[in-house]
Amino acid sequence: MLTVTDLHVSYGSISALRGISFSIPAGAIVTLIGGNGAGKTTTLRTISGLLRAKTGKVEFLGEDITALPAHQIVARGLSHVPEGRMVFSNLTVDENLSMGAYLLSDKALIAKNREYVFSVFPRMKERLKQTAGTLSGGEQQMLAIGRALMGNPKFLMLDEPSLGIAPRLISTIFEKIVEINQSHGITILLVEQNANLALEVSQQAYVLETGSIVMAGESKKLRADPQLKATYLGG
Amino acid sequence: MPRPHLYLLATLACAFGLSHFSGRMDPYFLDVLTGVGINIILAVSLNLVNGYTGQFSLGHAGFMSVGAYMAAAVSVFLGPRLLGESGGTALQQGSLFLAALITGGCAAALAGLAVGVPSLRLKGDYLALVTLGFGEIIRVIFQNFEPLGGALGLNGIPAYTTIFWVLAFVGLAVFVVTCLVNSTYGRGFLATHDDEIASEAVGLNTTRYKIVAFVIGAFFAGTAGGLYGHFKMTITPTGFDFTKSIEIVVMVILGGMGNTLGVILAAILLTLLPELLRPIAEYRMIIYSLMLIVLMLARPQGLFNFKFGKAKL
Ligand SMILES: Nc1ncnc2c1ncn2[C@@H]1O[C@H](COP(=O)(O)OP(=O)(O)O)[C@@H](O)[C@H]1O
Ligand SMILES: [Mg+2]
Repeated sequence: MLTVTDLHVSYGSISALRGISFSIPAGAIVTLIGGNGAGKTTTLRTISGLLRAKTGKVEFLGEDITALPAHQIVARGLSHVPEGRMVFSNLTVDENLSMGAYLLSDKALIAKNREYVFSVFPRMKERLKQTAGTLSGGEQQMLAIGRALMGNPKFLMLDEPSLGIAPRLISTIFEKIVEINQSHGITILLVEQNANLALEVSQQAYVLETGSIVMAGESKKLRADPQLKATYLGG
Repeated sequence: MPRPHLYLLATLACAFGLSHFSGRMDPYFLDVLTGVGINIILAVSLNLVNGYTGQFSLGHAGFMSVGAYMAAAVSVFLGPRLLGESGGTALQQGSLFLAALITGGCAAALAGLAVGVPSLRLKGDYLALVTLGFGEIIRVIFQNFEPLGGALGLNGIPAYTTIFWVLAFVGLAVFVVTCLVNSTYGRGFLATHDDEIASEAVGLNTTRYKIVAFVIGAFFAGTAGGLYGHFKMTITPTGFDFTKSIEIVVMVILGGMGNTLGVILAAILLTLLPELLRPIAEYRMIIYSLMLIVLMLARPQGLFNFKFGKAKL
């Protein structure tokens, strides 16, 4: 579904990605794990067109999207839930969801997507008229994911959905991520620092360290890897 | 009928009604009311850029001057040719004035496009500097452009501005901005302000939103300039300098960025304040400035920024 080849990205003279390559098969949950500053957010932003690669190539459904502007990439069914629960805090939950369907014009499809979001996150239906900025951290994350689902994506990229969220809600959100993948067949790229959880829900994993992929393989196997255990899984 | 449409109709009816009685009104009162109206147009249109869309433009007076000069040029140079010696009927004059105002607005909008396209791709502070520079460049150009009066300014502009025209354009500016931000398309302005990355992530072209806001804002600044010129009957380049831009920015901040009703109230207050302080002439500007500082410190979120229901006008 998505193939990234030899991607180099830098901020001015600081090089953040030093030639990473990976591919994601349709229908899978793939995770990209790594510590703070490894380049995970940079990877997602480059794929979704928010940042420009210096060299390298991003292909989505067989098409080269490396040079496309962000809004055209979203239009192709690739949706990005940014790091840090970036909801539109001055808009209501309802308006946030509507913004998620910004590129759709089919009213029936929008209504269907809205129902789907409510079935995954019933809480959003209760909070429709509430200003998004007043939601709890976990609720904002649900809204950010729900908003992405409104656009009818084929492929969803989640940037650290567990960040700054009450532990009780983290497992709920991860269950929902699996549900979205299984019930709707949406392919997912999950970026996490919480490697334990990410490896549990995913089938394949890549480990990123200072801008390079240092390890890759089946999530099950990586969970048993002694070296990985020592660095990322808390011994 | 949706509410903004009702407001527009009400304002137009009000403008029409008032213009019938304006002959009997105190001229000083009418002058002040005209000044208030022009400032409302300026503040409401800048609010679309600085408030709703979250950009920081310091060039609103520059766009106002482009509109003022273009509109004045139409009625000073084209007017006599079109209307003849007699000066034409009231209807002809009105049509000419409307054409002049729209020409002024469009010229300002074009200037907005020319400034906005290269600078809006970049972030906040940069835009402030570019628009500041633009305002100054425009002023210097008019100062040295003799066909439009140069440094002495352009005189003999017909006094077409009546309370009717002012209120009609106030109504139009408020209507356009309100409808725009409350439409599905227009939520994009608020979204761009709230979070650019999230906006791009749901597929908004934030650069285009910023440019649209900027061009519409400039258009209304241009019409305000046109009204101003045909009200004062003379315009000089220095009348549209940096301090005028700052004055409008202050109205927007004091009104509560992105709150049209608050910005209207702030424009009224800040236009009336210097008038009310007139008796203490020599201390006027000092007190005015002090009051601004106190207001900013006391209510940094804006003097009139209270949420009332869902309808953030
Ligand atoms: N806007 C930026 N300007 C300069 N350097 C940045 C910027 N954003 C990230 N970086 C640097 O790029 C590297 C990768 O960052 P990031 O992709 O955010 O990592 P992660 O998401 O894995 O924590 C880090 O060294 C970080 O300091
Ligand atoms: Mg990150």
